[in-house]
Amino acid sequence: MSWIDLGPLDAVPERGARIVKTRAGCIALFRTGPDEVFAASNTCPHKGGPLSEGIVHGRQVTCPLHNWVFDLETGEAQGADRGRIATYPLRIVQGRILIDGNSLAVDRAA
Amino acid sequence: MTQKLVVIGAGMASGRALEHLIEAAPGAWNITLFNAEPRGNYNRIMLSPVLSGEKSYAEIVTHDDDWYARHGVTCRFGQTVERIDRDRKVVIGTTGEVPYDKLLVSTGSSPFIIPCPGHDLPGVIAYRDFDDTEAMIEASGRPGARAVVIGGGLLGLEAAAGLRLRGMEVTVLHLAGHLMERQLDAAAGYLLQKDLEKRGITVLTRASTKEIVGGDRVERVRLEDGTELPADLVVMAVGIRPAVQLAKEAGLAVGRGIHVDDQMITSDADILAVGECIEHRGAIFGLVAPLYDQAKVAAQTLVGEAAAFTPKQLSTKLKVTGVDLFSAGDFAEGEGREDIVYRDPARGIYKRLVIEDDRLIGAVMYGDTADGNWFFGLIKEGADVSEMRETLIFGPAYQGGPAQDPLAAVAALPADAEICGCNGVCKGRIVAAIEGGATTLGDVKAVTKASASCGTCTGLVEQVLAATLGDDFAMPTAQPICGCTELTHEDVRRLIKARGLKSQPAVWQELGWSKPNGCHVCRPAVNYYLLADWPLEYRDDPQSRFVNERKHANIQKDGTFSVVPRMWGGITTPQELRAIADAAEKYDVPTVKVTGGQRIDLLGVKGEDLPAIWGDLNAAGLVSGHAYSKGLRTVKTCVGTDHCRFGTQDSTGLGIKLEKRLWGSWTPHKVKLAVSGCPRNCAEATCKDVGIVCVDSGFEIGVGGAAGMDVKEVEPLVKVATEAEAIDWTVAFIQLFREHARYLDRPYKWLGKVGLPWVQDTLGDATTRAALVERFDLSQSVYQTDPWAERATPEARRAFAPLADLTMEAAE
Repeated sequence: MSWIDLGPLDAVPERGARIVKTRAGCIALFRTGPDEVFAASNTCPHKGGPLSEGIVHGRQVTCPLHNWVFDLETGEAQGADRGRIATYPLRIVQGRILIDGNSLAVDRAA
Repeated sequence: MTQKLVVIGAGMASGRALEHLIEAAPGAWNITLFNAEPRGNYNRIMLSPVLSGEKSYAEIVTHDDDWYARHGVTCRFGQTVERIDRDRKVVIGTTGEVPYDKLLVSTGSSPFIIPCPGHDLPGVIAYRDFDDTEAMIEASGRPGARAVVIGGGLLGLEAAAGLRLRGMEVTVLHLAGHLMERQLDAAAGYLLQKDLEKRGITVLTRASTKEIVGGDRVERVRLEDGTELPADLVVMAVGIRPAVQLAKEAGLAVGRGIHVDDQMITSDADILAVGECIEHRGAIFGLVAPLYDQAKVAAQTLVGEAAAFTPKQLSTKLKVTGVDLFSAGDFAEGEGREDIVYRDPARGIYKRLVIEDDRLIGAVMYGDTADGNWFFGLIKEGADVSEMRETLIFGPAYQGGPAQDPLAAVAALPADAEICGCNGVCKGRIVAAIEGGATTLGDVKAVTKASASCGTCTGLVEQVLAATLGDDFAMPTAQPICGCTELTHEDVRRLIKARGLKSQPAVWQELGWSKPNGCHVCRPAVNYYLLADWPLEYRDDPQSRFVNERKHANIQKDGTFSVVPRMWGGITTPQELRAIADAAEKYDVPTVKVTGGQRIDLLGVKGEDLPAIWGDLNAAGLVSGHAYSKGLRTVKTCVGTDHCRFGTQDSTGLGIKLEKRLWGSWTPHKVKLAVSGCPRNCAEATCKDVGIVCVDSGFEIGVGGAAGMDVKEVEPLVKVATEAEAIDWTVAFIQLFREHARYLDRPYKWLGKVGLPWVQDTLGDATTRAALVERFDLSQSVYQTDPWAERATPEARRAFAPLADLTMEAAE
């Protein structure tokens, strides 16, 4: 794996999100707790809503357009909705957020 | 043959390692023990009881002079080790060299000092050793002395409690949202904060220290938000980092800590390391249990026994007398994880168990920790708990228990808790009425007047009936807010007021929420209720708001935003129009539209351009129109007496005055106003939330109109003679709506529940009306700010931009 430093943990507000631009599109970083961040696709599979703008609760996020709820660990839509968003491995090392560069490369190839 | 062992650092790990070594191989080692402190091994964990005065130094010494003498340990206390010469295998101390065959590094950790201005002033100390403890005891000796403790973790809170017991005024500053966030979930953190506050300790969360101010010594602490706290003593307890300098200079492999393998051997085969200074498989250590394990492994390695250190599950207890707190394992939420929660808010008891695959993996307990070790045992064993799941939370002694009482929140209310705010009826009076024979809501209403006015406490009165009568009362089914709670919006509003709940954790905890921070349905509602009821104490939480209110712009279906500047009463100027036109061109705005609320909408602005376009519009004197908020939107007007030959009053002027008074206020749902200058009603005032129609003799105020999914004509609230009265009634009506309506109800829906007559009666009382106006203005003193101006700063702009851009990262 090749870990890419995205920035300090504190740049993402708790129960909030920030986006990272990649060649394959925007990835959203969701901070679900003081030391917990998940990376997933920023795009809702339903109507393309920007998930980073949604409300983060527990380890889930609600899409701001039509309230689809996604589990950030698995990427699966919750409740009656069916769909999945891509998730990406992250590490937090000494207060910095690192993403696995290879997981992005795979995405580009796909 | 005797071998020479040198030990650097007399801490808890090395003390334990020496014990094991001497027991396993008595007389085999010639030991020299260095310690920078002028004393030998003592139990650092017990510094807190020394600080609080519950123990003396002598009581916490683990190894005294006698012990060292008996086991032939040469003590070099108060001597700093300057260097390790690995080639010659000697340790160079301030008073000379000591050769070694094996070296045990146990240099511990150094406190992390926030490098803010003033951190080196006299009176700013860490809390690591006995000298720090002495300094704190000395500082607390001065009458009226004030301490600020930076850091609300284990160490900081123990320091705070100790200093408080010694009579100091203590404030704890904590950066995170709740205390001890590494060990506790938000609910337990909240209970802990409440307990500490009861002891007279002030706790400020989300408090970021900007600088420490003073001349000869510390005088006060200044926070990022401008708050200043006087301080005679500042204790920094924000964290520790492994003390690795010596090892690093000696050329040992060092990461965050000194690298060791499973045998506690460093990158040099003759040098071992244990304690807080090491890094083992990427982990560093701050609690004592793994340190003891490491000490044992190091001793076994030294005598040639096969041993390997394996990190284990940890549990934490806070050593503050009277505070019972326990946490172990992993208690974060997650897919496939289930919570079992037990709450008894009145007794301050909270227990939460986290289960995954039929195994207990985490436990947090507050108030009653008697079963903590039993749960910890289950976690360590990985035992299958499916058989005892039903009664698990009640602990080992429990065989089959009663179901939890869903009415606990109401049942726990004291007799003097106010249930009906309108008529000032407390729980005790309702219970007395029930015991006196009232068995239905109607009976209670008739006898006590509870729920006889605005009706928002109806659910609570019914719950008091249920709690008092038990099975004799059939609860009507009320719609809870969402899946996170059994309570309705009205229940939550009343309980927030009745119990003085002033934070989100307080609501989640005291009202028994089933999720740690709610969901997208309940959290925005609770955020609104808290800010409406406690404008000064509660701080609005942007992360509990729908994107539009967080971004201060309306999100469109393609993810772009719309920007609408305010045009007071629909009046604008050529300069403003020019600024809007310039902004539309500069930011490639695809659509410019005139809205129904008499202003201009710029549609299709990119999210990251928002702060910049706001800055440009601000420069022309334009502020946010809040076209996105559950708050005041527009006040639509006609031209009134200024130009119109039919106009009876200055409707434009009144509209502008109302908009300037009301803008920026948050309300349960959006609020639109209009003022028409005559009954021809060109401003369409009769379908607004508040619509004023001017007539020759004054102003007719109508409320509860709508022109959305429902179309409703306003109902007449009152007719007044002067403009000042019209403003007063309008403001008071809005405030009554803010205080009583459920989130996402427009005024007409709320009026449908409480009835216009109740609103007329309430507002008709001049004293009540004035009090409502006063409370509205108080809230405005906090919330009437232009969100655009606040976010046109460089830092705020950065928060709107992507955190990183990897599009230029090489693919290979």
